[in-house]
Amino acid sequence: MSPSEDRFGDAPYDGPMLEVTDIKTYFETDRGLVRSVDGVSLTLERGKTIGIVGESGSGKTVLSRSIMGLLPKRGVVREGSVKFEGQEFIGIKPKEMRAFWGAQMSMIFQDPMTSLNPVMKVGNQITESIREHLDVSKSYAMELAENLLESVRIPEPRKRLKEYPHQLSGGMRQRVCIAVALACGPKLLFADEPTTALDVTVQAQVLDLMAAQQRERFMAMVLVTHDLGVVAGRADDIAVMYAGRIVEKAPTATLFANMKMPYTEALLSSIPKLAHDSHTRLATIPGRPPDLVHPPKGCKFAPRCTYVQDKCLEEEPPLTDLGGGHQYRCWFPVGTPGGAAALEKNRTSASPAPAAAVTSPVGGQA
Amino acid sequence: MAGSGHAHLRPADQGLLRVEDLVVEFAARGGQKVHAVSGISLDIVEGETLGLVGESGCGKSTTGRAIVQLPRPTSGSVSLDGTELTGLKGEDLRTMRPRMQMIFQDPISSLNPRRKVRDIVSEGLDIWGIGDKASRKAKVDEVLEAVGIDPANANRRPHEFSGGQCQRISIARAMITEPKLIICDEPVSALDVSVQAQIINLLQDMKHRYGLTLIFIAHDLAVVKNVSDRIMVMYLGKVCEVGVPDELYANPRHPYTAALLAAIPVPDPAMQPDSNKVLGGEIPSPLSPPTGCRFRTRCPKAAARCAEEEPQMREVAANHFVACHFPLEPGEVLDFTKAGAGAFIEDAVDDPGADDA
Amino acid sequence: MPELPDTGVDDEIGSGPTATEAFEREQHEFGGVAGDSGLLQVGAIEAGPASTRRRGAGLGFGAWAAIGWMGFIILIAVLAKVGILTWGDANESFASCARKGPLADEGGAKGFLLGCDSNGRDMIPRLALGAWTSLLVAVGAVTLGFIIGGTLGLIAGFTGGKTDTILTGMFNVLLSVPVIIMALALVAFLQGASGEEGALSPEMILIIAIGVVAIPLIGRITRASSLTWAQREFVLASRAQGAKSRRIMIREVLPNVLPAMFSIALLAIGIAIVAEGALAILGVGVRPPTPSWGNMIALDRGNLFKSPHIVFEASLLIFFTVLSLNLLGDVVRARFDVREGGL
Repeated sequence: MSPSEDRFGDAPYDGPMLEVTDIKTYFETDRGLVRSVDGVSLTLERGKTIGIVGESGSGKTVLSRSIMGLLPKRGVVREGSVKFEGQEFIGIKPKEMRAFWGAQMSMIFQDPMTSLNPVMKVGNQITESIREHLDVSKSYAMELAENLLESVRIPEPRKRLKEYPHQLSGGMRQRVCIAVALACGPKLLFADEPTTALDVTVQAQVLDLMAAQQRERFMAMVLVTHDLGVVAGRADDIAVMYAGRIVEKAPTATLFANMKMPYTEALLSSIPKLAHDSHTRLATIPGRPPDLVHPPKGCKFAPRCTYVQDKCLEEEPPLTDLGGGHQYRCWFPVGTPGGAAALEKNRTSASPAPAAAVTSPVGGQA
Repeated sequence: MAGSGHAHLRPADQGLLRVEDLVVEFAARGGQKVHAVSGISLDIVEGETLGLVGESGCGKSTTGRAIVQLPRPTSGSVSLDGTELTGLKGEDLRTMRPRMQMIFQDPISSLNPRRKVRDIVSEGLDIWGIGDKASRKAKVDEVLEAVGIDPANANRRPHEFSGGQCQRISIARAMITEPKLIICDEPVSALDVSVQAQIINLLQDMKHRYGLTLIFIAHDLAVVKNVSDRIMVMYLGKVCEVGVPDELYANPRHPYTAALLAAIPVPDPAMQPDSNKVLGGEIPSPLSPPTGCRFRTRCPKAAARCAEEEPQMREVAANHFVACHFPLEPGEVLDFTKAGAGAFIEDAVDDPGADDA
Repeated sequence: MPELPDTGVDDEIGSGPTATEAFEREQHEFGGVAGDSGLLQVGAIEAGPASTRRRGAGLGFGAWAAIGWMGFIILIAVLAKVGILTWGDANESFASCARKGPLADEGGAKGFLLGCDSNGRDMIPRLALGAWTSLLVAVGAVTLGFIIGGTLGLIAGFTGGKTDTILTGMFNVLLSVPVIIMALALVAFLQGASGEEGALSPEMILIIAIGVVAIPLIGRITRASSLTWAQREFVLASRAQGAKSRRIMIREVLPNVLPAMFSIALLAIGIAIVAEGALAILGVGVRPPTPSWGNMIALDRGNLFKSPHIVFEASLLIFFTVLSLNLLGDVVRARFDVREGGL
């Protein structure tokens, strides 16, 4: 299937645009096999945004790159199924993937400082992608580039085309990265912590911009971040990742209103919020993320969970589907009688969560 | 906004630290100067936490370092506990150092990878020859335990610890000389969310237990609100607004503060981001900052006066100070898309002679 | 130390390191990062381990071979010099054997495994003793270079300002003199200075000559490393605690500069061995009859076609020794990088 034929009204594929089934990504290292992504499934429709939330080590960055196929060639084990408009990605050659990159799907990375080539003019970096996928002349490509810069609200776009990245501010650079990503009009955009390295006011500008572009182009977006605030306003669905798996997935409003996974609850309560008074004591999550080479038996979050019971340490909870797109993995979910009882039991017995069970090099806390 | 003036300073004898008209300028290429900090005044009372908040380029980190004279400010006065630091000569300044310590943003970069944690923490005592070997070891153990690191692990090197633990070690190192003032320069920005909470709680605990006075520098407004007793908002080397957290956040008086607050992503899906409240434009270059109020190029309320006259700090409510000619009324909501309509705003895009930011 | 001013580009990034730390942590979990946090590489494709080839760690075959070779050569050199095991007499001439050896026109020499040189001296003890001389000169020169050049470089990089400008200027001036000329001039001067009776042995003269040539080179490299480490925050933290500059330089910066310098030292020894050879060919090497690999080649290069074994044997020894030193230098550097990058 040639992507360029795709663009102008081929027979529409009538399934979800992106369908990821049980994707696994392991890295071979001298310590052993690191299970960065350990069975993740999700679907995404065109025009929708899914937010993938997690802390470091959760595997969210690896997940997005694995879906796109941007992984090192050697030492990586990648299993499962990734279907983009029906086309299976896992197992196809990098050469074939290249036809999709830029044209059908693209990625914005976190650090605008290092995502752009410092010795290449901005204009050339944008047109590079255009000329790779579209058969157009250099001057036409430059015109497209200028329009793109304008659409990402960079003032004086023509002047910027001839400048180098270091002459732009962080926010502008990220906008250029967005322009580069959108150059060939992809259907799917991965944004890997796109605003983490930016100031908060710039972050708001860039997120607004991305939302506007998404609406205009009817793109699907995968927004990877650690910031629950960012996804709250911008994502249709949210998937919370921990230790390489999705532990809870739900439409945004549902997730915040009715979260079931204790990790989600703990994450939310450990963030200082504007609405709180000053000097509010923050809830913390004891312990550290698990070792991905030798993950613990049972639920991966159990050693740090305030609801933990013996069962959690023994058996991995299955995926429970609540309907309406809400899924989670927990034996004693938040807001259920079982969960409340578990919490109460822990509180009264005053036995701390077995943080010692966490395999960490030094000490038991972060 | 160009915040000059001393209206927000409390009586001179009350404070632990008093900074007046601090100016820090760096030489840049072509004979130009980077105006990193241009006339900041602040004071802290013992036991207080002052939150210094602002975005990149506002000069908050530079202010923190200038206070501890690393490097020395270009001009201005910094007096700690009655002693004027800016006039002190090398050796005298050195003897003052144990009284003011710093904690840095990057937990990895702030610890020497080749030294044992025990030696790193004990450095303050070693330099000044405080106590004998046994008492130093005891003190190191005590302070490590206080920050939550098992002293048994003290003989390891920093790379064997996580980011959060490294930050704890940094805190231990800063505390060991029993300083009066600790400057925390973005101490939690480089940490994971759940670890952030732990370190914030830890700092609060240490503050209460040891009676510390803190300057907490950060860009995350929610974090700053949580830890501070008083907050100072900075923009492009000047002070915009000073106030008590709950009041400041509920009723911001400076347009920039309002913009900052509006930009914070709130983890509540009911609060949809509002495009009108998004601050537009780019931060001007510190090589040639705008005349008069430095925020005027992006401010919807800017008028002719803002270009001519630099606003001074003045009290607009109890213990609430602002440097603005047209401060917001309580409850006033600004539409930032209007910024740029005024004639004086045109500098925003084409600042002549400035390397564009 | 003042922050490096930028022309309008923010250098106080908002919350950059949050996710960068996350990224580095993800790397850490995969077993190692090639990243000093001063050069945060949040790159496109690096979502995996920095190096998968380190699987089943430990030194590779090359490294062990190099260690073996060096050990062998050093052992032979020491034994030969001390006189315990000389494999014959390096100075005794055997007329019957002159210019005979493997591949020689005149055929092989019975009883002399590696043949003899043009004076009929047995190659084996000469090569053994030559190892000692060559290594002595090379190690001596590099040590001198490091002690002086390294110290100056450390100070220059750490102190900055005028001191740095002056020292760098000195380095640049020295470096602008062609190396050979410099070495020859030094040798001539030192020979003159040491007078007729030779207060300075030829080895000493060579050590000083090559060492002085090495000073600005090593000085510049050390300065670069020192500069990078001096900008790290733990140096600032130490200063904030009231440490004096000298203490900071020695306790904080030096231990971090040393590992990289050590690996460079190994490479430098290899270069110095070759340099000694070059000087020998120019006629200012160690004076015969004391053998060194360099002067053995110099002495008998006229016989290259008739008795190639002489030049070949010495050259091969130099070749393998320098190769081993290079390999070891790489291994040392990789080891130390990894340990620091494991942060």
